[in-house]
Amino acid sequence: MQDIEAAAHLPGDRSRQARALSGLLLVLLGFAALLSLGTGASGVSLGAAAKSLVTAQELSPRDRIVLFDIRLPRMVMGVLVGAALAVSGAVMQGLFRNPLADPGLVGVSAGAGLGAITAIVLGGLLPASAAALFGYYLVPVAAFFGGWATTLILYRVSTRRGRTSVATMLLAGIALGALAGAVQGILVYVADDAQLRTLTFWGMGSVAGATWSKVLAAAPLICLALATAPFLARGLNALALGEAAAAHIGIPVQRLKNTAILMVAGAVGAAVAVSGGIGFVGIVVPHLLRLVVGPDHRFLLLNSALLGAALLLCADVISRTIIAPAELPIGIVTAVLGGPFFLWILLRQRGLLDM
Amino acid sequence: MLDARQITVDYGRTRILHAVDFTAWPGRVVAIVGPNGSGKTTLMRALTGEAEYGGQVTLSGHDIAAAKPWDLAAIRGVLPQATPLAFPFTVVEVVRLGLSRGVAAADTGLIGQALARVGLSGFEGRFYQELSGGEQQRVQLARVLAQVWQPVENGTPRWLFLDEPVSALDIGHQLQVMQIARDYADAGGGVVAVMHDLNLTAIFADQVALISRGHILGQAAPADILRDDLLSRAYDCAVRVNTAPASGTFILPHAARMAAE
Repeated sequence: MQDIEAAAHLPGDRSRQARALSGLLLVLLGFAALLSLGTGASGVSLGAAAKSLVTAQELSPRDRIVLFDIRLPRMVMGVLVGAALAVSGAVMQGLFRNPLADPGLVGVSAGAGLGAITAIVLGGLLPASAAALFGYYLVPVAAFFGGWATTLILYRVSTRRGRTSVATMLLAGIALGALAGAVQGILVYVADDAQLRTLTFWGMGSVAGATWSKVLAAAPLICLALATAPFLARGLNALALGEAAAAHIGIPVQRLKNTAILMVAGAVGAAVAVSGGIGFVGIVVPHLLRLVVGPDHRFLLLNSALLGAALLLCADVISRTIIAPAELPIGIVTAVLGGPFFLWILLRQRGLLDM
Repeated sequence: MLDARQITVDYGRTRILHAVDFTAWPGRVVAIVGPNGSGKTTLMRALTGEAEYGGQVTLSGHDIAAAKPWDLAAIRGVLPQATPLAFPFTVVEVVRLGLSRGVAAADTGLIGQALARVGLSGFEGRFYQELSGGEQQRVQLARVLAQVWQPVENGTPRWLFLDEPVSALDIGHQLQVMQIARDYADAGGGVVAVMHDLNLTAIFADQVALISRGHILGQAAPADILRDDLLSRAYDCAVRVNTAPASGTFILPHAARMAAE
């Protein structure tokens, strides 16, 4: 068996490197998780945190609360949100056949945000039975529908005869984002004081307010979306050839597109619902990985999830230490890191944008 | 066989194909020729199910409008005119896209074989986007060949649909690619190719379908289609078909007569 694999290994086949990188990223994510658990305003140390994972009893009640009810849900939330944003970025870029498609840039996050705000402001108008039915899930589900509708419109507008126009996609994204922003403004205008408070905290783009109930609200949609991603990999690879060629090599293209759009909407919707708009993770992570081990989605999606989670944890650690004891919203950290990176991609892609 | 009946294609309000009939058989190279805008590529797009059409296309018993994409992919590969790629895939990664789900590790040897067939051994690790247009076209051909490598599988013939397969190639690689098509048909597979070059068509095709303004003027053996009168009518210019003892038919535009008009 080994002989066959050795014989079958061709130059230009980067699957081995991609697999090895997955292992490396897993280790990195482990370190980031420990760092996230061990860092914070209360001064519970990394060593104590590591030890506590094995023996929870040795900690004081206060430290136990800090670790298990504040930092652990925050860490889990960071992992979920980072993985969700990075994987949906990778899937959108595959779907749109363009490395600039990012949920935050092309209005999907804004659409999901509109859904979330609608649920926060108008959720009270629902009959009690309906509100009880959705419970914690009302905001994520509404964000999902907002993101889904935006992605659907975006794809319809920017794709003709199986080819996506980059310029149209980015411009349509701006228009959709502006539209969603305007409606959000109207909703904020009619919101009452309590709702405004919720909206303000929500809009800061942060995993700081993570609680177990928030984690539980976001986890099902994000996990479902992430579990779908591997099934999209082969189709997204084929889609790089264009929709017609993908169909010719046996991909059910329409079904692939529908699934990918639902997956992105689910992941982005849930992530935006619990953490507000955290930008640039979805564009930076897949792009870096493509540079290192190539665009094969069979590895890109998993690696994006790992690196996205690790990156968000690190950004979160920076956000809570750089001006400690105060916290910088994590969205600012990712924007400071991601903005210049995005400009750099634009410079490299100028030829493509002229299309 | 491939049987297309009464194929009509409209783009918006313009009718591109007017109830065209077209047939191809395993074991033969069938060329579709005609002037620019005559509907060659549109016919190809209808035959592969890429364009919406009126009428019926049957490929080895499958109604292609109703067949599942993976069932069709198992029996036919399609080479498009040009394929820009969105992401920096290597040559090997592009060819691998043609391999179907669940191909064993040992079968990845097929990638090397397909690349060797199109004369691109040694290009495995190169980036597709950095290749010339002609090299990209041959990488895509290798991908299509990898998809339907055996011309006949379990007694069922497989098909190559080639849309201007030599448009970006120099004369040596034109001959090489046409020879691949020829060999595929000789081994029992079916080949349908949209062709610009009438001389290559004369050399390699068993059958020629001549299209003009959305109508088929005729489908028959090259000698019966590549005639002065038919070609001059279809291409709207004076064309003279000659024969040379060694190489058979060759076609030249009749420069003197064109100048006189």
